[in-house]
Order: sequence, then C-alpha cells, then structure tokens
Amino acid sequence: MAVSTGPGPRLTIGELRGNPARRRREAILRIAFASAAMLSIAISIGIVASLVGQAASFVFQVDPGALLERGWFPRRELFGIPTIVTGTFLVAGIGMLVATPLGLGAAIYLSEYASPRLRRTIKPILEILAGIPSVVLGYFALSFISPTLVDAVCPGQTNIFNMAAAGIAVGILITPLIASVAEDALYAVPSSMREASYGLGARKRTTSLRIVFPAAVSGIVAALILGMSRGIGETMVVAMAAGASGGSLFQINPCMPGQTMTAAMTALATGSDQVRGLAFPSLFFVGFLLFVMTLTLNLVADAFVRRVRTRY
Amino acid sequence: MAARPRTQALSTADIVRQTLQGRRLDIGTIVFEGLLVLALAVTIGVLVTLLVEVFSDGVPVLAARGTDFLTTGLSSSPDRTGVAQGIMGSLLLMVFVIVLSFPIGVGAAVYLEEYARDTPVTRLVNTAIRNLAGVPAIVYGLLGVAIFVGALGGLTGGRTIISGGLTLAVLVLPIVIITTAEALRAVPMTIREAAFGVGATRWETVRSHVLPYAAPGIFTGTILSLARAFGETAPLIVVGAIAGTFRYSADNVVEQLRGPYTALPTIIYGFSRDPDAGFRADTAAAIIVLLVVLLAVNALAIVLRNRFERRW
Repeated sequence: MAVSTGPGPRLTIGELRGNPARRRREAILRIAFASAAMLSIAISIGIVASLVGQAASFVFQVDPGALLERGWFPRRELFGIPTIVTGTFLVAGIGMLVATPLGLGAAIYLSEYASPRLRRTIKPILEILAGIPSVVLGYFALSFISPTLVDAVCPGQTNIFNMAAAGIAVGILITPLIASVAEDALYAVPSSMREASYGLGARKRTTSLRIVFPAAVSGIVAALILGMSRGIGETMVVAMAAGASGGSLFQINPCMPGQTMTAAMTALATGSDQVRGLAFPSLFFVGFLLFVMTLTLNLVADAFVRRVRTRY
Repeated sequence: MAARPRTQALSTADIVRQTLQGRRLDIGTIVFEGLLVLALAVTIGVLVTLLVEVFSDGVPVLAARGTDFLTTGLSSSPDRTGVAQGIMGSLLLMVFVIVLSFPIGVGAAVYLEEYARDTPVTRLVNTAIRNLAGVPAIVYGLLGVAIFVGALGGLTGGRTIISGGLTLAVLVLPIVIITTAEALRAVPMTIREAAFGVGATRWETVRSHVLPYAAPGIFTGTILSLARAFGETAPLIVVGAIAGTFRYSADNVVEQLRGPYTALPTIIYGFSRDPDAGFRADTAAAIIVLLVVLLAVNALAIVLRNRFERRW
C-alpha cells in the first residue's frame, strides 16, 4: 500500500474552522435562541416581582384585624381572607368530587378496556371538552346546572348564583385534565405486568384495580393535584356563577352565593378605575396567595410525575 | 383409581375445560365495568348537553338577526347589540400572539432541545417554563396590569389592546415552548447525526432537517395555544378589556390600538352579567360564534396532525 506523503495541498487550521461568515451566523442564531429561552426566566421574575411589590405594600398598610374579618368587602376595607380562601377550597372541592370519579373512570376505561378504535374516537372528544373556554362553562352553570341540578339538591334554594353550581362547572372543566394525565400514567404501565397478572389467573378487573392502578398511583395522584390546582385558579366560572360580585359574608353552605379568591380579583379588576385606597393592592395580595398555592401544588404534582418516569 | 360411575354428567376433562373457558357471572365485574362506562358516558353527555343548551338558546337570535349580529357594535338594547367589536378585538389580539409568542416560543424550544447542554441554567429555564404553564390565567392579568399597563404605560398607552395583546402573548408563550419542544424531541437523533455527518452546522441541521420533520407537531401545538388564547377571558378583564358598552371606535387601526377595546369572550361575560333578561339569548349567540371559531381552529389542528403525523 502506497501512502502519499508528498507535498500536496494541506489543510490549514483556518480552513478546518470553516467559513467565518457561516460561523458568525451560527453564533448570532445561538444567541438569539438562547435569549428567547431566557425570556421565560424574565417572565417568571416579572410575575413574582409585580405581585410581591404591591402585595407587600398591602400587608404593611392593612390593619391585621381586617384580614381576619368574617367577610370580604374590599371597598369597606374589610379583607376577610378566610372568607375567600374557604370559598375557593369549597368550590374546588366540589369540583374535585365531580371530576375525580368521572376523570379516573374515563382514564381507566380508555387505558385498560377501550379498543384502539374507540380510543381514537373518544380522546378527541375529551380534547374538545378540554378546549371549551371557561366563560362558556360559566354560562352553562347559570343556564343549566343551577336551575336544574342544584335546584333539585338544595331544598328551597332560590338564588341562581351559588357555589354548588360553580363547583360542578369547575368539575366539568377539570375532568378532561384529570382524565388525560391519569390515562397517560396508566398507559405507561408496562404490559408485562398485566400479562403476569393474567398469567396468575386474575380477572381484568382485578388486574386493573390491584396491579395497574397501584403501579400508576404516582401519576394518578399528580393528576388529582393538577386538577385541584386548576380548580383553585379557575376564574370565569366562579366569577359568573358563584355570585357575590362585590363582597360576601363568610359562607360555607354550597347552596348559597360565596366568594372565591379568583372571583374577588375579577370583581376588583372590573371596577378598578373606581377602586381606591387599599382595595387595589389587595388585588395583588390575593393574586400572590393564589400564585403561591398553585405553584406549591404544581411542584408537588411534578415530583409525583417524575417518580413515575424514573420507575419505568 | 376406580372408574367413575357413568351417571356423573361431567368428566374431569369437562370440568377443566369449563373452568378455563367458563364465564361465571361476576357481579363485581359487571358493576365495575358499568361504572367505568357510566363515567365516560356522563362526561360525553355533559358536552352534548352543553352544546344543545347553548345552541337552542342562541340559534334563534342568529336566525332572526343573521349577519347583523356579527357586524354591529355593542348596544344597551338586547335587540340591537352585536359582537363586531369583539370579533375585531379578538382578531387583533391574536395578531399579537402570533407575532410575538410563536417566533419567541419556537426559538426558545429550539435552544432548549437542540443547543443547550444539561447545565443548572438550562434546568432552571425548563423548571420555570413548566411552572409558568401552570400559573392561573388571572395572575397573568395582574402581571399585565403591573408591567404593561403600569411600568410600560408610556409605550402601550395604558389599558389598551396593546397591553391586552402583550399579556395574552406572555400567557401562551410557555404552552408554545412546551408543545414545540415535544415535537422536536420526537425527531429521531439519527436525522441530526446524518446532517452533522455531511458537515452541516447546528443551525443548518435544525433548519433543513429537524424543523421540517417537527413542523406538523409545532403547527398543531401552536394552533391549539392560539385557540386557548382566543377563549381566555379573565386576564383580559384584569388588564382592562371592557365588559360593558362603549362607542364603536374609529375605523383607523391606529386609533383602535389606542382606544377602549373588548374581545369576544369579554363580551360574553358582559352580556351574561346584564340584568336585562333579553341579553341571555345574546350571550348564547355570542358563545356560538366563539365555539364555531374554536371548533374550526381545533379541527384544523387535528386534521394537520392526522395528515402529517409520522411514526419512526
């Protein structure tokens, strides 16, 4: 074999680096993409900064006693935080009561029982339901859920605006979310586990409930936490259907109108030109509370989801 | 073993066969599968009820008014009001979302998936984006009030459609990044390695190899996030979209950018709060307009996905 060692054309270091114009374009694009990604950090900081500043000025100025009043009347400087937090959890809790059986039932059916064809038909339907804006569900709560369903359950109930109707509508809103996250978790369980169960003679029901469900339980818990977080942050349904637009007394009866954190914020914002004094910064204080609550829930859900991913 | 008496109906083989093939009536299974089907049926039933309710309330208005409902401005009389300002406002808001969120979102996703190494900074950006996607929409409204209406009020003119558009753009940005990143991740590594192998730079690889294959997924994701922005109400109310009646602003687009504005979902909220019972049917009619737009957009996304989806 002859290896040519003669003085042929040699590559220089400069040629190996490539065309300078090409390299410059490469560097510029890398910086452009990187700054687009960094923008998300800037937005996160922006959210926290815009909330914390006003929220802090509210906390320093407000009379601490006004925060524990049994009622939420920001225009009279009565900021009963327990009132709106209770309302929020009441509405989100009713939502979870509706969405948990529906969402998990649909998820188990789609993952374990449905034929591939049925899955392909039903998943888009759930996606359509997930895509319906919350204003539409607010209208549905007022025009259908409250007069028919809630009226039948709550004896002598006369107010069309009530927390039960809002809660049921919130439940409808979060059902597709719970169904889709839970279904992903169930579907990710390796089929070898199902086959081992069948091999021991277990029924399909036993396999679903005792093998697949426990194996996917992290993802299912994550689905429920995400649903709760979504329910707490849901705004339009409660603003339209829960009643109590301006202010509300402490209320734990779901058949009655009540105030949630998000509805209180909408009410403050719709009249924000007239809002004077502490009412405007109180909007940011409530927003900050809401942000912290949903962030905590989302982080916990994230940790659960990651547990599923590492296992399989 | 002694021979079995001939009178016994079942031989051992029969018993084994029956145990293996037998379908004993199992009440538990019937109840369980029944409940699963019920959960799915209720979920789909709710969607059907919702659509029937909205259409039966709203179609008479659209039938009686025809295109007049779409082309007239807001009015305090339920028989004369229309959603023209809302359609105009929503379309302008979508321009902001398309022009800002899509390029920035796709750019950020390209950086995170194609350029970034696994550093603490990258992980921080990823965490920030995931959590931003879970922040309740109304909190983005507060961000808009503090930053776009307040701090940058000189540029945006305060409570104008510019502030609203920027707020919605920020709201959907994390969703665009997440869906785009998923589409990029689905492109197999071998495609990139082939490009690098023939000497392409990273950008050349992304532009001519990765993006074309990821395009259907990116389009589907961005279209769905556009639909999300189109139906979003709460943040717009907080940053000052008007839920009541105002004068039809001038035909001049520059004037519209500076003046009062509204959007289709905000009009729905405004109609639903009107004490005049005549507005109930108008609410449903406006919802039909909104749903038709959203269903068209969603159908487009699903068609795109089914047409271009490929398996590797």
